[in-house]
Amino acid sequence: MTGAELWTTAAVFGPLLAALVALGGRPWTLKAGLALGSGTALAGSLGLWVEVTRQGPVRHLLGGWGAPLGIELWADGFSVAMLTVTAVVGAAVSLYSLSYFGDLSELDAGASPAGRAARYFAPLWLLLWAALNGIYLSADLFNLYVSLEILGLAAAALVTLAVTPKATVAGMRYLIVSLVGSMLFLLGVALLYTEFGTLSLEELAAAAPAGPMAAASLALMTVGMAAKTALFPLHAWLPPAHAGAPAPASALLSAVVVKGSFFILVRLWFAVYGGASDGGLLLMGGLGAAAILWGSVLALRQRSLKRVIAYSTVAQLGYLFIMFPLLAPEGLGAGGASGPASPEWSDDAWTGGILLALSHALAKAAMFMAAGNMTYAVARDALRDISGVAHRLPMSFLAFGLGGLSLAGLPPSAGFVGKWLLLREAISAGGWFWVAIITIGGLLTIAYVLMVLRHALDLKASSGDFRPVPKRMEWAALLLALAAATLGVRATETFQILLQGGVTPWS
Amino acid sequence: MTPLDLYAWAGVAVFLLALHAVVTRAHLIWKVLGINLMGTGVFLILLAAPARRDPLVADPLPQGMVLTGIVVAVAATALALGMALRVMSRTGSPFLTVDPESADPDPDAPEPPS
Amino acid sequence: MELTPLLTWSALPLAVVLSSFVPGIAIMFLREEQTRLRNTLNMAGAVAKVALVGLMLQGVAAGASYEWALEVIPELSLTLRGDALALLFVTLSAVLWLVTTLYAIAYLEESENRTRFFAFFSLCVTATTGLAMAGDLFTFVFFYEALTWATYPLVVHKGTPEAIRAGRTYLFYTLGAGAILVVGAVWFQVEAGTVQFAAGGVVDGAAVAAEPVTWAFIFAFLLIGMGVKSALFPIHGWLPTAMVAPAPVSALLHAVAVVKAGAFGVTRLLHSLFGIEVAWEMGAAMVVAGLAAFTIVYASIRALAQDDLKKVLAFSTVSQLSYIALGVALLDPLAHAGGLVHLVHQGIMKITLFFCAGLVAQTLGVKKISQMGGVARRMPLTMAAFTIGALGMIGLPPVAGFLSKWYLGLGALGAGQSWVIAVLLASSLLNAAYFLPILKTAYFDEPDPSWAEGEKAPRPRWEADWRMVVPALTTAGFSLAAGLLAASSWSPLGWALFIIERGVL
Repeated sequence: MTGAELWTTAAVFGPLLAALVALGGRPWTLKAGLALGSGTALAGSLGLWVEVTRQGPVRHLLGGWGAPLGIELWADGFSVAMLTVTAVVGAAVSLYSLSYFGDLSELDAGASPAGRAARYFAPLWLLLWAALNGIYLSADLFNLYVSLEILGLAAAALVTLAVTPKATVAGMRYLIVSLVGSMLFLLGVALLYTEFGTLSLEELAAAAPAGPMAAASLALMTVGMAAKTALFPLHAWLPPAHAGAPAPASALLSAVVVKGSFFILVRLWFAVYGGASDGGLLLMGGLGAAAILWGSVLALRQRSLKRVIAYSTVAQLGYLFIMFPLLAPEGLGAGGASGPASPEWSDDAWTGGILLALSHALAKAAMFMAAGNMTYAVARDALRDISGVAHRLPMSFLAFGLGGLSLAGLPPSAGFVGKWLLLREAISAGGWFWVAIITIGGLLTIAYVLMVLRHALDLKASSGDFRPVPKRMEWAALLLALAAATLGVRATETFQILLQGGVTPWS
Repeated sequence: MTPLDLYAWAGVAVFLLALHAVVTRAHLIWKVLGINLMGTGVFLILLAAPARRDPLVADPLPQGMVLTGIVVAVAATALALGMALRVMSRTGSPFLTVDPESADPDPDAPEPPS
Repeated sequence: MELTPLLTWSALPLAVVLSSFVPGIAIMFLREEQTRLRNTLNMAGAVAKVALVGLMLQGVAAGASYEWALEVIPELSLTLRGDALALLFVTLSAVLWLVTTLYAIAYLEESENRTRFFAFFSLCVTATTGLAMAGDLFTFVFFYEALTWATYPLVVHKGTPEAIRAGRTYLFYTLGAGAILVVGAVWFQVEAGTVQFAAGGVVDGAAVAAEPVTWAFIFAFLLIGMGVKSALFPIHGWLPTAMVAPAPVSALLHAVAVVKAGAFGVTRLLHSLFGIEVAWEMGAAMVVAGLAAFTIVYASIRALAQDDLKKVLAFSTVSQLSYIALGVALLDPLAHAGGLVHLVHQGIMKITLFFCAGLVAQTLGVKKISQMGGVARRMPLTMAAFTIGALGMIGLPPVAGFLSKWYLGLGALGAGQSWVIAVLLASSLLNAAYFLPILKTAYFDEPDPSWAEGEKAPRPRWEADWRMVVPALTTAGFSLAAGLLAASSWSPLGWALFIIERGVL
């Protein structure tokens, strides 16, 4: 077994196996499952990081069977970066969940809602983890579909672990959107297969899909994935679902789950379709810009802590789509029509955009966990109820603040570096519209992060009831926030792995 | 038009009808069944797929996809029905009536289980 | 001179930055009541920083240079460079941080949230030393933006609605300008192809002549970014508002860190990025000089109308800061020396004034000039220090401020900009017009009932807490010494001339 085979296997099947272990329904099986899942995912992603850095994109034919009949796992720099950030966030959230759901002694009381949440969080999350890693390592469309479906089912179930009617409804709505999105994707897959007779992403890329059938298929898959990624204007399901879920689930949903469908979108648009059409790229960028403005303004108008963060996710996802037009070689949006697409994709836009995705994953998970700590302490979620928690929970406050820096693109944070790169591309291409959006979005982000911090600092209204928060939960949030800050002073390795394969790994 | 084309067009029709139902019908059972039917529409298209290129050569891949797809659809439908039941028991309504956007700040914010 | 291994250690700049970063982070995790440990950490960090800076000073004087870099992404690094120019600012920050820390420990003895205060205080100084030694524009912006957010908790420290409002104004100005600065910096990199700072500039004059509009925009963006912290008219409004913060914070804002970062940024912009010749050719330096001259006079007039002591000092800062911008914008080495040395002189004199204002407010509750009658009889040492600072601001010899103005005037004549002399004279008269009445009230008026009647308790041995009096006297002493010992090569003036001779600017 080669290193690549070992590590891809670990990344996908480790968490899957761990999910089975965690289904055992005893405290020790939960702990063992989370430890096994975290361990295999971390080892797999780091192992692949080394392999891909050393030899470029790697391939694993499962059971020795290749395309078209067998299933292939395939990893390039983009896959590895996403795998790794998922593993880091996942490990921290796993740690966090062990304390968040209490001492796990209620596991046997299957009827009690709390016991149910404690019992099923770990298996659902580990299943979700396997599905996400499956997406990042898929080399064919159908494998993507199956992983995506598992991801959607597990994610919706995680939301409904919170027992309130609102969370239940939000989870149901999420499930419907997610399933419809998957169906649109599957229809797109069917059309592509009808036209080109292959499911392999690499062979499709070689066929350079064009024509009405290919365009229709891309449109269907894009709508489906955009709905799952909550791209404006298909974002309405996200805030209630992400805000209503239990804190560790919120962290996972906002930080890594939406990135799964984002990953598929990027792969389809660039690796498979070679950038598709200029108009399409501009449209995606425009929707991203609208998401930044709309999501930020709505975040400013929320009165409950977790909803601010959830709307912030809508806004921050917009940045990832601004990358689409900026990647194009001639600099779309500069006014001038670009000529035939040259193969020179912008490294700045690519590394900047993906760095923002990675930094959002780390920072958003940190912020949701920090917010979870604050609501855990005061048993309330409204902004006015968290008055004064900064003084009781300085570490969570710090984690929230550091995460906010990263979202706002202030140093030291990966967000700062990512925005610098995106700005560099936008300016050298003369795309002043994108420069303005990136800048305004950053200022709006500061405004809503500050709104939360100010409430947390407010001493006058602080209530007396504080439930002590387990230290482990505070550390988990802070460590992720520190990771986002560290990536802001040292991103060379990440930068270089993203160029392994780059935007179009198969061209 | 070959019989296989008929499959494909029937698939498209089923998909669109089902999508229409999912979007317009408020009752959760309608929505869940609609999603299930959307999948069925895609399966029909997949079965007809090889015809576009060479109708005389048997292609095992679509069969495999459809079989897998059915398994996934069963699982998804089961979960969706289960969640629909839970919605009904927690809100007393088979519709998505509780507007998650409403009543903010939340008086019964999700209290972490202890 | 033989250099010991320690003096040639290239990571010395990093050590200087970490000497306040590490205590800052450590303090963040302390409990409120761990006062002794917190103070120890603070003072240890401050002393260590001064010691490390002392090493670097020796090294640089003997010809060593220090560079430490961490690659963030390929071709973009955090670069810390310890050269003569950087050290001018770093030394000022390090020394003033030490005295301010001592002062702040006493000033905030009874107040809340000291853990947060001192943690962010240390982070501010970290960011300041970082940007002082920044070897390129990326590093500069990195620390400059970090300084902005690290200062916010200090400005709103009191938590009163007024403080929160001031904090909002502060962020509105600084973050807005910061966003413009980032765009300008990236744009600079795109057009110039580099972000390195280099003596004499990195911009090609021919390139500027070819695309004057683009370069004018880049310069304007960068100037707005730097100008807001250096309180150039018309983006100075945050500074007088922010004086609601506690006195040590005002000292930090006005002398040690924030405004100095802006003034230093203007220097870097004119000299290390564009180069002063190119800046004159494109007319940009003339704009800076004009704005600075206007700010000098305008802010002095505004100061005349204030009754709140700290507000007078705040407008005085706005005015005095523009001396630095004016000096470095003129095309003459003596003016550059005058601008650079004023970076230090303004710092030590203004911090003295703020220390004294804080002492008077903390001890007697006096905040307005109209209540200061007879304060000098009750607090002679404090008012002596205040007098030295005020006379320096007016520009009377032998206090340091005189030298700044002298060199600025010489430089203006050398550069053929004799109108500057008129600005300097007008400003000195205005300074006298708002400082002398304060001194007159304090020394010659009867004790004001607002504080004199409340005084029943037996006086402490010192006129106030010695940990606050000593820093004020120390910085007042610095202000005198910088003027009296200006001929020494270790005086601020000597060092500024050394910078010019070395051609580091």
